[in-house]
Amino acid sequence: MLGKTANGLYWMFRYIERAENIARLIETGQRMALTRSSAAEDEWASILDTAGVRDSYTEKHGDAVTKEGAIDWMLRDPDNASSVLSAVSNARLNARMVRTALTHEVWEAMNGCYMEARNILARKVGERDLPEVLNKMRQRTALVRGATHGTMLRNDIYDFARIGTFLERADNTARILDVKYYVLLPSAMAVGSSLDNVQWETILRSVSGRGGYRMVHGNRIRPRDIAQFLMLDKRMPRSLNFCCSKLLDNLDYLASDYGNTPPSHHMARAMTDQFALHDVDAIFELGLHEYIQEVLTSLSKLGRQIEVDYRFYE
Amino acid sequence: MEQNDTFDEMWGRGQELRVPYNGFQDWFEGEDIARLRAKQREAEEVFRLTGITFNVYGRSEAEERLIPFDIIPRIISAREWLKLSRGIEQRVQAINAFLYDIYHRQEIVRAGRIPAEMISRNEAFLPQMIGMAPPGGVYTHIAGIDLVRTSDDEFYVLEDNARTPSGVSYMLENRETMLQMFPELFSTNRVQPVSNYPRSLQRSLANCAPPATLGDPTVAVLTPGIYNSAYYEHSFLADQMGVELVEGHDLRVIDGRVAMRTTQGYKPIDVLYRRLDDEFLDPLNFNPDSALGVPGIMDVYRAGGITIANAPGTGIADDKAIYSYMPDIVEFYTGEKAILQNVPTWRCSELDSLAYVLDNLSELVVKEVHGSGGYGMLIGPAASKKELAEFTRKLKARPSHYIAQPTLALSTVPIFTRSGLAPRHVDLRPFVLVSPDGIEITPGGLTRVALKKGSLVVNSSQGGGTKDTWVLED
Repeated sequence: MLGKTANGLYWMFRYIERAENIARLIETGQRMALTRSSAAEDEWASILDTAGVRDSYTEKHGDAVTKEGAIDWMLRDPDNASSVLSAVSNARLNARMVRTALTHEVWEAMNGCYMEARNILARKVGERDLPEVLNKMRQRTALVRGATHGTMLRNDIYDFARIGTFLERADNTARILDVKYYVLLPSAMAVGSSLDNVQWETILRSVSGRGGYRMVHGNRIRPRDIAQFLMLDKRMPRSLNFCCSKLLDNLDYLASDYGNTPPSHHMARAMTDQFALHDVDAIFELGLHEYIQEVLTSLSKLGRQIEVDYRFYE
Repeated sequence: MEQNDTFDEMWGRGQELRVPYNGFQDWFEGEDIARLRAKQREAEEVFRLTGITFNVYGRSEAEERLIPFDIIPRIISAREWLKLSRGIEQRVQAINAFLYDIYHRQEIVRAGRIPAEMISRNEAFLPQMIGMAPPGGVYTHIAGIDLVRTSDDEFYVLEDNARTPSGVSYMLENRETMLQMFPELFSTNRVQPVSNYPRSLQRSLANCAPPATLGDPTVAVLTPGIYNSAYYEHSFLADQMGVELVEGHDLRVIDGRVAMRTTQGYKPIDVLYRRLDDEFLDPLNFNPDSALGVPGIMDVYRAGGITIANAPGTGIADDKAIYSYMPDIVEFYTGEKAILQNVPTWRCSELDSLAYVLDNLSELVVKEVHGSGGYGMLIGPAASKKELAEFTRKLKARPSHYIAQPTLALSTVPIFTRSGLAPRHVDLRPFVLVSPDGIEITPGGLTRVALKKGSLVVNSSQGGGTKDTWVLED
């Protein structure tokens, strides 16, 4: 496979995952705003933080964060490289570049996603239409993922697609924890203020994890359990542990296909081992924030090493 | 019965259905117009979703356009096709022999059949190819011969495309779309398949592998990139052949071979089907500003390390000034009279011809010698006074840049419109593969159709559409 193709696949699936995550964040923000339990502007600012687009927003719109401004910026502004529309366009651009590596079904799902996005995001989306628009985008990205899962040969093409998916997903979950870590800290554990409850639910909602959490931990929402669930629970498909072990699996398939084990494998293995060994109480003791910061750094290092190991550019 | 000046391929010159269209007409009469309208829209949806688009130069990525597809097939009988394909084979054989000759001993010039300066002063002549024998002796691995029809048995060659002819993906996708939408048509009409083309192309390219090849030849398609107007076709062909689609920056010369950067290091390529013009191919040997090509590829080529398809320098054979000599060229190399006719052509570089052209401008078609895509041409009968005056100036200033031809009465084929069938002018580009094993012509080709009533311009860049082209079984 061409290095360029590996690169294109990796980014196509990173962008698809990103589009979906951003859509979910917007949905979470909207939900928070509707419950009116906190200053809505602060919430939108923190949502922008989580999406990693606060600085670029401020650059264009100034410091004041409005709900309409934030939604439009995250949903469809072409100046924001991580807006849903930009992410879908970039995913499709990469898909066009690697079209020979994709099945017809995956390409059609991707192109259909793009056509739908261009259509429903052509104009500002009003509050009334927002749920339907977000819903459509989630369905369309799920279709790309489903077509990939159902029709693609399990070879190196699939591996790079999956590596992109899980790196982006791990990054997204880590970012949510990074922005919201303070509501999970023991000091905030005065247990049960309704404000905290809303905050904790928001975190779970932003990773579609409420149902899963309930199955594992019951109805009691506790910050320690949330942190455990999102970082270490290997059954939770958006947890750091899950994403990293999937990353490692796919790097392992590549290693056995190609017959060599480049440095990125060792990095992924070290991360996975760490999640398997660590205990959530110890993480709190060490400092949740520092821990998450370190995870974010490791993820970005891993991403760069994969680019080098598989000759994405050079 | 009333006789029309224009020959219609379905209705002839009157109202009598021509035989190849019998089966189609039976079907069409039983069809509901509303259903067909829905099918026409459905076809467009299929094309859009599949991304069968072309990019318009100078526009943003958002400007991917569809080439309009018309659901009424263009139908050619087996007998008609037999004659056409014989003529095409003869012509393509002659073109390859001509290319070999002008880059070697130039017998045709010595014999006085072509003036020496037509070759030596031609921009498409590539001195780097002198004395070089391409692997397998093939210059034009892929050729597209543009034909027009003027009557029941008269076909003319309008142009020979010997560089990088495009449009074959439309031939294949148009058929695929028709098969999906109207399967019943194909069970009642016996249409020769076109779907073998990608396999034939792959085999025919592999058959021209260079001496340096070890084991099974590795073939790749070279594209200028995602923003090229024909990018869809490049990726389509690579996909269908099961080979890599590469860009210049994926390639590098290593140990006397051209190699592509894979996830596991550099891997040599044996045959490169390039969809890139000569001048961009090698910044070391041609245009130094080209970022699209591969520095040093020409040196590898000359040393037998890679096959470039089509060979560099083939442009001299489809040059519009050389075109006028094609009947001589065919006769010179095959010893036979040309089966397919040339359109009579006035070379404006010759004084007598120029005078004639200037006197009769309003009846002629004037083309730039090096132009393509329907740009920069004058269609006399449709031109305004201002346009005629402008071309008179251009012709006087640089006569050798132009040729002129009579306006042909191009045949029509019906298209499907809101009010039913309506005749529109068409041309035909069959695709030809050349390998050391012989010449293979896919039964069918790309039919381009002018969608505007009365228009003679079929180019997609000028608003033309396409049709599925059927060649019936005997």
